[in-house]
Amino acid sequence: MTIADKAKHQDPEIELIAQSGGLQNFVRKNSGAANLIRQAALVPVLIIVLIVGAVASPFFFTVDNIAGIAQQISALAVTVVGESLILLIGGMDLSLESTYGLAPMVAAWMILPIADDGNGWRLSPFVGILILLAVGAAVGLLNGFLIVKARLNGFIVTLGMTIVLAGMQNGIVKAQTLFNLPAQFVWLGSADVGVVPVSAIAAAIVFIVVGLFLRYHRVGRAIYAVGGNPDAARAAGIRVDRIKIGVYVAGSMLAALGGLMEAGRVSAVTGTQGYGEGIIFTVFAAAVIGGVSLKGGRGNMVGAASGVILLGLVQNILDLANVSNYWIEAIDGVVILFALVLARVIGGKESAE
Amino acid sequence: MTQLFAVEAKGIEKSFGSTKALRGVDLSIGAGQCLGLVGRNGAGKSTLVSILSGLAKPDVGEVFFHGEPAPSLRDIDGWRKQIATVFQHSKVVPQLSVTENVFLGSPALRRGVVDWHQMREATRAIIDEWNFDISVTARCETLTVEQLQVVEIVRALATGAQCILLDEPTSALERRAVDRLFERVNQLVKNGVAVLYISHHLEEVFDICSDVTVLRDGEVVVNSPIGKIDKEQMVAAMVGEIPATASVTDELGVLLKRSSEGDDESEREGLVVQDLHVTSSRGDVLGVSLTVRPGECLGVTGLLGAGVATLGRAVAGSQKFDSGKITLNGRVLPSGRRDISLKGGVGYIPENRQLEGFVAHLGVGENVTMTITNRLAKRFGWLSPRHRDDSAVAMTKALSVVSSGMKQPVGELSGGNQQKVTVARSLVSNPTLIVAVTPTRGVDVASKSLLLQSLIEAARSTGAALLICSDELDDLVDCDRIIVLFRGNIYHEFSAPPFDREALIATTEGISLSDRTAS
Repeated sequence: MTIADKAKHQDPEIELIAQSGGLQNFVRKNSGAANLIRQAALVPVLIIVLIVGAVASPFFFTVDNIAGIAQQISALAVTVVGESLILLIGGMDLSLESTYGLAPMVAAWMILPIADDGNGWRLSPFVGILILLAVGAAVGLLNGFLIVKARLNGFIVTLGMTIVLAGMQNGIVKAQTLFNLPAQFVWLGSADVGVVPVSAIAAAIVFIVVGLFLRYHRVGRAIYAVGGNPDAARAAGIRVDRIKIGVYVAGSMLAALGGLMEAGRVSAVTGTQGYGEGIIFTVFAAAVIGGVSLKGGRGNMVGAASGVILLGLVQNILDLANVSNYWIEAIDGVVILFALVLARVIGGKESAE
Repeated sequence: MTQLFAVEAKGIEKSFGSTKALRGVDLSIGAGQCLGLVGRNGAGKSTLVSILSGLAKPDVGEVFFHGEPAPSLRDIDGWRKQIATVFQHSKVVPQLSVTENVFLGSPALRRGVVDWHQMREATRAIIDEWNFDISVTARCETLTVEQLQVVEIVRALATGAQCILLDEPTSALERRAVDRLFERVNQLVKNGVAVLYISHHLEEVFDICSDVTVLRDGEVVVNSPIGKIDKEQMVAAMVGEIPATASVTDELGVLLKRSSEGDDESEREGLVVQDLHVTSSRGDVLGVSLTVRPGECLGVTGLLGAGVATLGRAVAGSQKFDSGKITLNGRVLPSGRRDISLKGGVGYIPENRQLEGFVAHLGVGENVTMTITNRLAKRFGWLSPRHRDDSAVAMTKALSVVSSGMKQPVGELSGGNQQKVTVARSLVSNPTLIVAVTPTRGVDVASKSLLLQSLIEAARSTGAALLICSDELDDLVDCDRIIVLFRGNIYHEFSAPPFDREALIATTEGISLSDRTAS
């Protein structure tokens, strides 16, 4: 790093001077307009993707397909909300992907009879769902405690936790896949209201509630303050540690809820759900493409939602276009990188970092 | 005009959006000249510094070094050979050695391999030549702030730059270190180096500079040899025509009085600190007891590391203390619980506003009201942004915060206005005790007196106790009493103004006052 670069990092006034693109200048002067542009940054990209989809396949713009996309991305979307909250307080949680697998696994295991590889407790599905949320809360609490109170590095803690949880997910059922889940347990992920999947409605509610909470609730605002400058937040009397731990708990519970949706969608809990599928990369990508900063304090639910939708559409188009299965991941990765670059170009300096 | 200046800036203009930061500035520094650059926050000093050090390009105008046009912005090495800047905040990489930092970015190479021996020798040669006292192999994180500045000066000299910009170099130094810095600067100037000295401390400019340039609103308003201008003229030039600050603080008093009505201050007993012990890297506090009555202003001062800032932080609840007792109006304040202290009525202006004073990308309104969200929130904690911003308007007006609106991110404001936001944030909660730690650091003269007057007015009109912990004696002139800490203990108390500046300085240094009485 040169002296000049470091100067830019440390002196906000110089930073202001150093960047003087036309759009950024406009954005800086008009805070209201700035927010709008940043929030709507992905809209043109989404439109382009929709056009590409329409050209790629006549099936793309059918009710079935759109409903299918909605159902497919709902579980991921709820997890993205959880990760976005954690990113907003300046943290990160890699273990959400394992919570996404472990929580429904534990719940299903306690619901199913021994013959179906359950533990034989035969809990009611509703109690099972409470257990699922409790698993999420417990993991979040442990992560939060280790990171906030014991001051361990969040990356390492949640990396370790990822592996522990994924191991437990296989361990408790001896790597079996659990089928024959009760109807109440899979309802959220599989049922439809008319043509609209219940999971899509649930995901939309989660986005709206969390979005309003972040914007209009004092705890939501405190989350931005904590992520933007924890020391300033503390000096202003905000209970920084409590907010952080609370957000880790909420994030993990949302991941568990996402796991429930996914289990319902495929009517089974597999050993690979979550960690085995490596969903965390997509979760981070969706949040960051949507403008949630990895440095904390910046981002909102409109952005996060558009990030999820964008990735879901791209995935769907790749499926419809009959791209070779061997290549689909590579292309998916390229699209994500491209979207990141684009989000940065449109959203200005603060986005996608 | 035939003289070749070491640095010459001609007709520099620079705008950010619709804001003109510089409007045609001419500035020149000759070899062996020390030019002071002063101006209020937002006058354009920082912009000018970044243009002169090659970090930003002027919209109009040009920079010359020894008559030659400046290199392009890409040519960082080219700039570094001409001009070196010692920034307000250290730009030294703490994990690296002195030598590595001196050659940061452009290590000496021999056949493509880093030549450690030559780099160390070159660094040592400069340090010896200038009689500096640091080891070339020391890791920079083990050095003091003063030594880090020396590293930066050595770095400047190593590049062969004939011009050095010093941007607020004394803001983190204690008095004796400042004297040593001045010796070094004088030495540089004597040897023909051109120095641009930027400071809020006008005394320093009088001490060390041969000429002074005053910037106001992006224009040079005064350019004069130091002998032909006095402090009052300089301040007048910096401030220009602005209304007296008295009316502003009156407004503040009325505002605060209204909001704290119904509170009977006569029954309060104020702040009582008993035998406080605090361990801190900023300096320990070793058994301090003091009281501040309602409406009274107590100043606490001492050298860096004497425990002044630590005391303030502990009282505000921002720092855990080991033993002792702090009570405010009879209520015990717990150790290190800022949130409870706030509820107990402690308003807090932290030492370092960049670090603790505000959240840079959040708006003025949100930052000001951050301490009172519980009061503003409706049922179940929901907040209306408009209601929130409306409740911040009166306080920001009373403190004359200049911003484009309540939504403007505080990070975009000038330093003085940021500090006002921090002060507003602490006053808006109707505190019965205001703890201000170095409240005017990095703030220009005019804003300085406004801030101090606001604090005193706030204490006077609401009957709040005011505790100002500061190593800057100027912050304490209007206090009712001053306590001097020395190595964590109360060394002396000055019980009534006017305070004898000499005696204050002597006691902070721990010099006995046995043969003289406090003023």
